[in-house]
Amino acid sequence: MAERANAKAKAGRRKSGEPEFVQLLTPEGDRVDHPDYTVDFTDDELRGLYRDLVTVRRLDAEATALQRQGELGLWAGLLGQEAAQVGAGRAMRPQDMAFPTYREHGVLYTRGIDPIMPFGLFRGVDQGGWDPNEYKFNMYTIVIGAQTLHAAGYAMGIKYDGKVGDDNGEAVIAFFGDGASSQGDVNESFVFAAAYNAPIVFFCQNNQYAISEPVVRQTRVPLYQRAQGFGFPGIRVDGNDVLAVHAVTKAAMDNARRGNGPTMIEAYTYRMGAHTTSDDPTRYRQGAEVEEWKAKDPILRLGLYLNKRGLTDDAFLADVEKEAGKVAVHLRERVLALPDPAPVSMFDNVYAGGSPLLDAQRAEFVAYEASFEGGNH
Amino acid sequence: MATETLTLAKALNTGLRKAMEDDPKVVLMGEDIGKLGGVFRITDALQKDFGEDRVIDTPLAESGIVGTAIGLAIRGYRPVVEIQFDGFVYPAYDQIVSQLAKMHYRSNGKLKMPVVIRIPFGGGIGAVEHHSESPEAYFAHTAGLKVVACSNPADAYWMIQQAIQSDDPIVFMEPKRRYYEKAAVDLSVQPGPLFASKVLREGSDATIVAYGPMVKVALDAATAAAEDGRSLEVIDLRSLSPLDLGPVFASVRKTGRLVVVHEASRNLGIGSEVSARVTEECFYSLEAPVQRVTGYDIPYPASRVEEEFLPDLDRVLDAVDKSFGW
Repeated sequence: MAERANAKAKAGRRKSGEPEFVQLLTPEGDRVDHPDYTVDFTDDELRGLYRDLVTVRRLDAEATALQRQGELGLWAGLLGQEAAQVGAGRAMRPQDMAFPTYREHGVLYTRGIDPIMPFGLFRGVDQGGWDPNEYKFNMYTIVIGAQTLHAAGYAMGIKYDGKVGDDNGEAVIAFFGDGASSQGDVNESFVFAAAYNAPIVFFCQNNQYAISEPVVRQTRVPLYQRAQGFGFPGIRVDGNDVLAVHAVTKAAMDNARRGNGPTMIEAYTYRMGAHTTSDDPTRYRQGAEVEEWKAKDPILRLGLYLNKRGLTDDAFLADVEKEAGKVAVHLRERVLALPDPAPVSMFDNVYAGGSPLLDAQRAEFVAYEASFEGGNH
Repeated sequence: MATETLTLAKALNTGLRKAMEDDPKVVLMGEDIGKLGGVFRITDALQKDFGEDRVIDTPLAESGIVGTAIGLAIRGYRPVVEIQFDGFVYPAYDQIVSQLAKMHYRSNGKLKMPVVIRIPFGGGIGAVEHHSESPEAYFAHTAGLKVVACSNPADAYWMIQQAIQSDDPIVFMEPKRRYYEKAAVDLSVQPGPLFASKVLREGSDATIVAYGPMVKVALDAATAAAEDGRSLEVIDLRSLSPLDLGPVFASVRKTGRLVVVHEASRNLGIGSEVSARVTEECFYSLEAPVQRVTGYDIPYPASRVEEEFLPDLDRVLDAVDKSFGW
């Protein structure tokens, strides 16, 4: 017990101003121990994580560029949050279901899903619709926090299906941000998850800002401590440490699938870029703060660690860059090739069972379009 | 023939029971619906017979109830949600109009949302504020939702089952002041499709359109008018979205006069749409402008004056007179 307390104290000993959190990899790339969490990655898996982080960052940069070139209406970037997303995504098992907000491109990538999936939404060629049941990854949700209730309901369904209780059980992970923690829906989802002991992990990426509002505008206590008030564990993890995020998320998901109910994880991280491409973060935050977080970069520290362990060399790094570039270029080509929808398709799928009124409006629209010379105007 | 005399409340209860027996994916959710059987006892004894996992007593949180129902629907369930009173549905408004209504559209048809939201609506029971409202137009205005209202025990029994079978989300309005009125229900023969209006009384001089709690008022008005020698046709809209106005158009072409009756406020209510559509379709048949008899454009008033707020037989007959006086 004393050992454990000492270890905790050690793990929690940080430079002033930094919060206590689970960390397995320091910003300097040194591996540290934690009494409750560890990882046992093979060398190849560690290299794989590095490849994930670099690829996800590269894809995100490509998307930002596409927006700047006018090819996307909007992009919600994840720069700086790669470790939080890759660590969480890689901790999911195939049977698990994710409910993202609109920034979880990294989680999506690690699920083996074609990274083009959200681009329909941001390019404006569809509403971002894919089949959540096929990919075990729900559609992006723009209204802040609404998806956490869908996640809680889905987790209740897992329980009613009897799919909890052992390592083959299913679990749900619901992503949201520090701003969403203020929403009623997020708090209601905590209440429901707790009341039904649902197999769910609430994964809050505290990137310090809800657009321009700093996290002190959302809470007086560290966010992970909120969980206690709802009757389940909350834990804060260094969100820029992919190893720690993975360890904590895997433990929480396994705990949920075994029937032990919800956990809230606060991944303490930082949004290095803008909220979305419409945002101007220089209006509300200082350069010094950004510089401070740059030193904690998730890719930098994993690279240092791999290097210290002799797991990287120039050839590996060059290959990672080359492959990430390839994926990004391929993505760009396909985004540019996304066809605009046929105008009449806007009437599709409003109802599963149809509607005579809508059918009449569609017919009116078709006739109107046809009235122009040459059909479509 | 399996005909039983049931109250509207018991008809709903029997319909819910039948739906749960027919499909194990049907689950009920709401506040107090388990042991208590709901504040109106619509789910009476269902938890006892189907268990706590199928008749789910929920925390007191409307957005949570609808939001988790959406998640259950994604998981393959068919949730039937009870909102305790009309005025309590607003905390769930975002989940209903921004989430539930749009899931099928956003997912290109991949996600079905077979969710029924039951709302006891309307006044006339002497309740305190937030317990007597008519919010149907908010939902009827939202693409992706369907809205229906039952007015009698037979419809209640069949419409609730049809709503549960629908793959679209349905806001199901129940006229709470009619819960305890009885009628014969044929449990063996489905009376017709869900999204269809119905001519309840044929007439030749004027048409009255109503739905939910006002159908009885309309029928009473027709009976009273008959004593004065006027023959009124009464149509129960039943489906508020989509509106099935074919029978209304046919009726107006026959009678030349239309009175629309509902408890909800007049401004931009269901009556506005009926009036506009009838004007578009039946302009040359109309002998007078469409008359609307509705609640006033005020918050639902204190119950001691609700009889003055609610359309009654006299106001309907006055509107008929006005139509004839044009």
